[in-house]
Amino acid sequence: MAVATATKSTGNRIARPRRNGLERQGRLAFWLLLPAFLAVFGVIVYPMFRTLLISLFEVKSAVATVTPFVGLDNYIQALSSSGFWSAMGRTLYFTLMSTSIELVVGLVIAWLLNARIRGRWLLRAIVVLPWALPTIVNAAMWKGIYNAQYGALNGLLSQVGLIDQYQTWLSDPFTALNFLIVADAWKTTPLVAFFLLAGLTAIPHELYEAARVDRAGWFRTFRSVTLPLLAPSIALVLVLRTVEAVKVFDIVYAMTRGGPANGTQTISYYTYVTAFSEQNYGLGSAISYLIVIVIIALSALYLRLLRRSEMSLL
Amino acid sequence: MNTNRAVRRSTAAVAAVASLVLTVTGCSVTGVTAGEGSAGDGTGTVNALFMKQAGYTEEDYAAIIEDFEAEHPDITVEPTFVSYEALHDKIVTSAPSGSYDVVLIDVIWPAEFASKGIIADLTDRFPAEWEDEMLPGVLPTAEYQDRYYGVPNGPATKFFYFNRDMVAAVGASEADLETWDGVLDVARRIKADGLSEYPIAWSWAQAEALICDYAQLLGAFGGEFTDDDGKLIINDEAGVAALEWMMATLEEGLSNPASTTFLEDDVSKAMAQGQTAFGLNWDSTLRDLQDPTISSISAGVLPTPVGPSGERPGVNGAMAYSIGANSKNQDAAWEFISYLTSREVQEQYIGAGLPNWTDSYSDEELVATNPEIFAVAEDAYDASIVRPAVPNYSSVSQIIQVELQRALLGEKSAQQALDDAVAAANESLEG
Repeated sequence: MAVATATKSTGNRIARPRRNGLERQGRLAFWLLLPAFLAVFGVIVYPMFRTLLISLFEVKSAVATVTPFVGLDNYIQALSSSGFWSAMGRTLYFTLMSTSIELVVGLVIAWLLNARIRGRWLLRAIVVLPWALPTIVNAAMWKGIYNAQYGALNGLLSQVGLIDQYQTWLSDPFTALNFLIVADAWKTTPLVAFFLLAGLTAIPHELYEAARVDRAGWFRTFRSVTLPLLAPSIALVLVLRTVEAVKVFDIVYAMTRGGPANGTQTISYYTYVTAFSEQNYGLGSAISYLIVIVIIALSALYLRLLRRSEMSLL
Repeated sequence: MNTNRAVRRSTAAVAAVASLVLTVTGCSVTGVTAGEGSAGDGTGTVNALFMKQAGYTEEDYAAIIEDFEAEHPDITVEPTFVSYEALHDKIVTSAPSGSYDVVLIDVIWPAEFASKGIIADLTDRFPAEWEDEMLPGVLPTAEYQDRYYGVPNGPATKFFYFNRDMVAAVGASEADLETWDGVLDVARRIKADGLSEYPIAWSWAQAEALICDYAQLLGAFGGEFTDDDGKLIINDEAGVAALEWMMATLEEGLSNPASTTFLEDDVSKAMAQGQTAFGLNWDSTLRDLQDPTISSISAGVLPTPVGPSGERPGVNGAMAYSIGANSKNQDAAWEFISYLTSREVQEQYIGAGLPNWTDSYSDEELVATNPEIFAVAEDAYDASIVRPAVPNYSSVSQIIQVELQRALLGEKSAQQALDDAVAAANESLEG
């Protein structure tokens, strides 16, 4: 690493006279970026470093003075606890279901919004509304919709005669998890739709015309023109949404607080409970890093799949 | 290229300096230490953390603070309110910075907060005469290892609330609600008459509220949380019987199935809207149920019903005001706490909670202001059931909450759930 840097800088030093303007520009850019960098350092880099450090120690109080070094014990403890694995399992289910729903529904919405219809701008504005809601408001709203006593869902289903008495939607652990997924998907589908819409509008119209000339059907056009050209947008949205879904915390906190019977306790919520409710900061930090590893692995997988699909198209 | 290089080089430099700073200051891995608090000069701002739920309302606190500031012009009190469910974590996360001088703590937290250096030891400030003047059951609310870590905010337990009209409509009386068997009998009649689909509501969500309801039933069935050695024993006969009883009321449709998603506030709302006839709830609930802007029913209150053991211990749910260990204004904080818990203030806000002071209970004029609560208080505070006073109570409680819910949701038998809870909790107690 050091050798490479040295060689590079030597190379640059020779080129300096010609690139003096650029050098000055670079310096200016550095000073302009410095405040942002310091902010990022303060709220991301430093906490990440501190968390890594804490994950190697036994820290049982926010104001602990005795913090013995335990090496990788916290990681081993996390990986050997059943609570960790069941929370991870629930999180992966949440991620898989919510991103699938968002992708499919988002694609349909994007496709509809891309159609040349009158009042398209109004439709686009309406579709973005759920995304504009703060998660906490969204959670409170869905909590109201699912309410067992006066919820809109119970009202609707009983009025159309699908249920004869009000149901307690959030009292069964697995059902509650699924209802949480619906609430989350409702809010984030617009984001996915807009990403895909941007991708759709970027597809040159000539390609569709060419497809028409070749008498390609709707499905064939979608498979051979739309999907491949949309692939980068899909990959981007998948990575984004997967990372977000694995980290899901706020909607759980606001709607179910992990209950009933831990049925909606996702890995981030489990981390929070471990670190703050149970005051086991070392273990909580270790779990945070394990989450990071999962997220990096998933993202790498997506990107590799994308690259392979791009290669196969060439 | 050069831009990149410049940025990269500078980045490396900043990172190196930062690492150095971290290494130099990083004698503690968390970057903070306990014992940074100080007495202060008795003036300035006191930041106080309260909860918005049972007890004093935000308006009550605002009025108390106004009066206090009038008496102490050098001190300003800045209150912050969070829900009970967020209180513990807020206290813990704000502890290092000492942001809150006064914090309201629950009776289950002194062991944890004191042993972890989150709240200050107030024993030296605690006037000796208070030990004689306070109710003996209230005094130890914030006591840990013979030291005082807070000043109690009066006794608190869950009482039995009922809808007078529904009970009268099925020809029952208060006497029929003396025992849990009697309650179930009246509930059956209310259900049969179609007055309420589910006559009893409980706060059985995955939260501390579930432990409080269970505690009271555990007591009614003659059980205890721990044995003399501090080991959890809720999987014994009484503990299992109490949980089986809870499950049976759900199965029979007497308890609202939504109870497993309810907190105390939901129970109070279900009662206020006339959807349910019975519910256990804290002392200040009567104030809400009798407030015509909130409640449409005529509510009555009784001590918690007697169970098969012939006993009716209420769960000890008292709270206390403590001082953050890292607070830099502890003298002023103490001044405020002393005022807040004084006999005059507690008696003035009698509708929000009962006083600490023994003499208040023989003051006939005062008793006349809230006769229903005073009438049941005597019985309820006579014997109370306490939750384990251990430093890792939060972990133990989480374990019990989840296992109780697994049984209530039909995933496990009562015996199995409690066996699992005891095994996991005792492991946590040792660890």
